[in-house]
Amino acid sequence: MSKINLTCIECPIGCNIEVEMVDGKPVSITGNSCPRGKLYAENEVVCPKRVVTSTVRATNGVLVPVKTDKPIKKSEMFEVMKKINQTTCKLPVKIGDILVENISDDANLVATGNA
Amino acid sequence: MKNSYDIVIIGGGPAGLAAAISAYDEGTKDILILEREDRLGGILNQCIHNGFGLTRFKESLSGPEYASRFIDEVLARNIEVLTQTTVLSLTKDKKITAINTEYGVFTVQAKAVILAMGCRERSRGALNVAGSRPAGIYSAGTAQKYVNIKGYMPGKSVVILGSGDIGLIMARRMTLEGAKVHAVCEIMPYSSGLKRNIAQCLDDFGIPLYLNHTITKIEGDKRVTGVVISKVDENKKPIAGTEMHFDCDTVLFSVGLIPENELTKDAEITLSPRTRGAVVYQNRETLVDGVFACGNVLQVHDLVDFVSEESELAGKSASKYVQEGSKIRDEVEVVNGKNIGYVVPQRLDKNLQGNVKLFFRVTNTFRDCTITAKCGDTVLLQRKKKIVVPGEMETLLLTDAKIAQASGKIEVVLEENV
Ligand SMILES: Cc1cc2nc3c(=O)[nH]c(=O)nc-3n(C[C@H](O)[C@H](O)[C@H](O)COP(=O)(O)OP(=O)(O)OC[C@H]3O[C@@H](n4cnc5c(N)ncnc54)[C@H](O)[C@@H]3O)c2cc1C
Ligand code: SF4
Repeated sequence: MSKINLTCIECPIGCNIEVEMVDGKPVSITGNSCPRGKLYAENEVVCPKRVVTSTVRATNGVLVPVKTDKPIKKSEMFEVMKKINQTTCKLPVKIGDILVENISDDANLVATGNA
Repeated sequence: MKNSYDIVIIGGGPAGLAAAISAYDEGTKDILILEREDRLGGILNQCIHNGFGLTRFKESLSGPEYASRFIDEVLARNIEVLTQTTVLSLTKDKKITAINTEYGVFTVQAKAVILAMGCRERSRGALNVAGSRPAGIYSAGTAQKYVNIKGYMPGKSVVILGSGDIGLIMARRMTLEGAKVHAVCEIMPYSSGLKRNIAQCLDDFGIPLYLNHTITKIEGDKRVTGVVISKVDENKKPIAGTEMHFDCDTVLFSVGLIPENELTKDAEITLSPRTRGAVVYQNRETLVDGVFACGNVLQVHDLVDFVSEESELAGKSASKYVQEGSKIRDEVEVVNGKNIGYVVPQRLDKNLQGNVKLFFRVTNTFRDCTITAKCGDTVLLQRKKKIVVPGEMETLLLTDAKIAQASGKIEVVLEENV
């Protein structure tokens, strides 16, 4: 049995969560103050994922803020950044517009600002 | 544009926007928002990371997404907005002088004014680091503007002084854009940033956080070429022999925010030396009748959700003032006692109805402690806490009934449990 200590990043409270692992699987999760924290810990010890936010340059030079619409594998963050920096878009862009489909697994790159 | 308005709001960030919407919905529709930048949204426009709006919308939004929800509401109400318009001065009798390219310098008279100018970053000057002043030294917020609005990286090899949230967010942002962030150093024994930002902005990328450390030397002639950081003792004095050297081309400062109150001072509105914002009643009215303040100009908030909540209160109160005028007050002072840095509001008016949320910060990290609001020997409210840190704003809710019991002065104190 091993123990993993995590800081939950799902909300500003930032609970300290302790996960007990047996054979690479979480068997007990403590310290979270809400169910979101439990879910976070379950995923974090198996395959950590993050939402990536950045900007995409529009054809007129303006920067459009963007994010992945789902968390992507933490190990792929730099790969996704590379793709984001190769992307351009035409204006106008509205919040929620998909700029790249399936940028990583089933996550899309979407605009988070109107431009 | 007219010469007079019921309500003029200075600043079109999240505070000004929320105040405008709530004032309008309370029935005062003759409103003007004055904003210095070319668009509404304030500092949120450059905060492209997510995590905004969890309390309010139960969603994790980026800064521009959060702002747009309020901008859309303002536009839907046809509230008048002047962007690229800087307010130059404000007087006690609520005359506002502003400047823009369309009207030049002009003056408007308001029945009520809402101050929503936000805050600015403390600069390096406030810090006194040895060394010349080569290029490559920025505040974290300036770097954020460069990267996220202008699309230009201020450097490739970075050391960050101060563990404020903006610095932590920029550590991640610049790392993702290909920079090497060597270290974040913090002079205090605790981080002033949120725990989640330490986890997802530093730990995720293996960036070390050195607590009890400060930058003691910045090297470089034309451009930064390196820094020396040292451990500090209990008196914040660098300890000889603990120096660490880093080669870098950029230093970011993230050492705190100060409410932007030049206009407030002009109008002779009483400021609190503790918050550096105006002294206010629970309805966010300053000590000058009909002038209200909300958001970061009043107190530096960690979370924009609370800025919106506070600003709605200010908007509502301003609308009420326009419709009903000023009333006789029955005042109680609220002061920060032992281990408490400040409390907002600093005054309660017992003639105003409703429960009151007291916002405050503690002066240090405390475990197993009790926070008490008391009036002389009468305890109004008591809360036990497992841990409190200065980086996070705390609240206490005083009910109507409790406020009715108070007279003279309410003191908020923190005692460690033994
Ligand atoms: C660089 C920076 C980064 C931040 N990042 C985060 C973050 O990641 N998460 C978070 O929750 N909080 C963050 N904050 C705190 C953030 O400021 C607040 O959450 C929120 O934006 C405060 O809203 P506000 O409306 O009070 O201030 P602001 O958003 O600062 O808006 C104030 C507005 O007033 C305008 N103004 C000021 N003076 C004048 C004048 N004389 N005339 C006309 N207009 C004027 C300004 O242009 C600005 O648009 C950050 C703050 C800074 C400074
Ligand atoms: S466990 Fe729940 S309350 Fe705690 S940080 Fe995570 S989301 Fe927030």
